[in-house]
Amino acid sequence: MKINRDLCDICGSCVAVCPADAIVVSEFIVDIDNEKCTNCLNCLKVCPIKAIEEGE
Amino acid sequence: MVQDRYDVVVIGAGPAGSVAARFAAENGASVLMLERDREPGIPVRCAEGVSHNGITPFIDVDQRWIASRIDVAKLHSPNGETANMHNNGLGYVLERRVFDTALCELAAKHGAHLITKADALDLVWKDGKITGVKYKYSGEIRKVKCDIVIGADGVESRVGRWAGIKTVVRLEDIDTCAQYTLTDIDIEKDTCEFYFGTKVSPGGYIWIFPKSDNTANVGIGLSGHLSHPKGPKEYLDEFVQRRFPEAKITYTMYGGVPTAATLDEIVKDNIMLVGDAARQVNPITGGGVVQAMIAGSIAGKVAAQAVKEKRFDKKFLKEYRKEWNKRLGKTQKTMFLMKEKFMNMNDERFNRIVEFCQKIPRDKFSLKTLFTEAVKGDPKLMIDVAKAFVVSKIKMK
Ligand SMILES: Cc1cc2nc3c(=O)[nH]c(=O)nc-3n(C[C@H](O)[C@H](O)[C@H](O)COP(=O)(O)OP(=O)(O)OC[C@H]3O[C@@H](n4cnc5c(N)ncnc54)[C@H](O)[C@@H]3O)c2cc1C
Repeated sequence: MKINRDLCDICGSCVAVCPADAIVVSEFIVDIDNEKCTNCLNCLKVCPIKAIEEGE
Repeated sequence: MVQDRYDVVVIGAGPAGSVAARFAAENGASVLMLERDREPGIPVRCAEGVSHNGITPFIDVDQRWIASRIDVAKLHSPNGETANMHNNGLGYVLERRVFDTALCELAAKHGAHLITKADALDLVWKDGKITGVKYKYSGEIRKVKCDIVIGADGVESRVGRWAGIKTVVRLEDIDTCAQYTLTDIDIEKDTCEFYFGTKVSPGGYIWIFPKSDNTANVGIGLSGHLSHPKGPKEYLDEFVQRRFPEAKITYTMYGGVPTAATLDEIVKDNIMLVGDAARQVNPITGGGVVQAMIAGSIAGKVAAQAVKEKRFDKKFLKEYRKEWNKRLGKTQKTMFLMKEKFMNMNDERFNRIVEFCQKIPRDKFSLKTLFTEAVKGDPKLMIDVAKAFVVSKIKMK
């Protein structure tokens, strides 16, 4: 998964639905660990601003 | 001065964390709160509606954080009908930025320590037990020892995961939200408005919460499984274009509300979860501020008692769960079941509910009478009305 940082509002919704604990939020940035990611697409679907896309 | 050891470390300084910190400190524990952001309460990710009765057990009302007083809830059905509820109890639209800080000040007044810009990174373990928290402050990795960790780290919570608690929510159990603060709009300052319907806001609703006589938080929450590919921003933009074509936007925000049932596990050895982190939001209204404060107050007291008795095991800390179940557990469960129905309601049903509400005399139109009336008239409708409990947004929080 890939985050479009121009769109991401750092709201953390994606973390709540990630079954793999692959997403980390800090004050100014959200990061997806593609090693842990299982491609379930939950984060992409829940993102209110569609800042998450498939791909690395 | 930050010490390197506390009885209790609270992660997150939202309403859940600051109230937990306050009650733990007030009852004799030494407490440190860690907040990732530069200031508690920002960025505001909230429509800011609460009930007077919900917040006043925890803090005296102060005009500094009240934007407006709400007396009326106005419901809009998909077919354009409306019904006003007048007897729902006094509500407020807050200034959460100020409110969250005021709660932290209260915690500090009772002796809790707080550091902002302190990002918790992990738990510290020794011999299979949680013994502290690792965090980043000013670019430096630090550790603080403690006997109890309270995870109050919001919807994005990871503290529970670090402790091996299953906190993940299903897509249908999170509302994905967008909100604008709009100005130069025509609204009534004492009225919160709600729009329902599958075309307006699938699985959720649109809200208008006034902050002044020409400013309001206008937002939308969609059920997570119905928000793709058309998402909350698209629905909200359509709505704003229709209802407030001349409005100017002073604030734009996105967020998620965990409308799940409270986690099965909110307590383990040396750790408790509170607020959004424990998924304690009212699943049907999406209101979580008061729930977070209630949970925080219970967990804080239990933590202080644990410190006194030197009992940090799950069995002792479970007192928090028991008390939560007593206070809100049952309501939350019912609300969750209602939500499951509400999520899939069709427009015809929303229309019927609002139509029904219109017939209730103004002075009788409180939630309680609404239910009683509903049973009397039509038992089937009673269920529908129950599903529309959203109207109680102000009151239930
Ligand atoms: C769009 C929207 C509208 C809403 N409207 C309402 C409403 O009208 N009324 C209502 O009652 N509720 C509403 N809610 C819900 C309400 O905002 C939450 O339920 C409430 O804020 C929960 O409080 P909390 O203390 O549990 O979490 P939060 O208020 O989210 O606080 C969590 C804190 O933890 C911090 N944190 C997270 N991770 C770490 C870490 N690793 N280290 C340090 N700090 C960390 C965060 O920075 C944050 O300050 C709304 C929510 C949304 C998204």
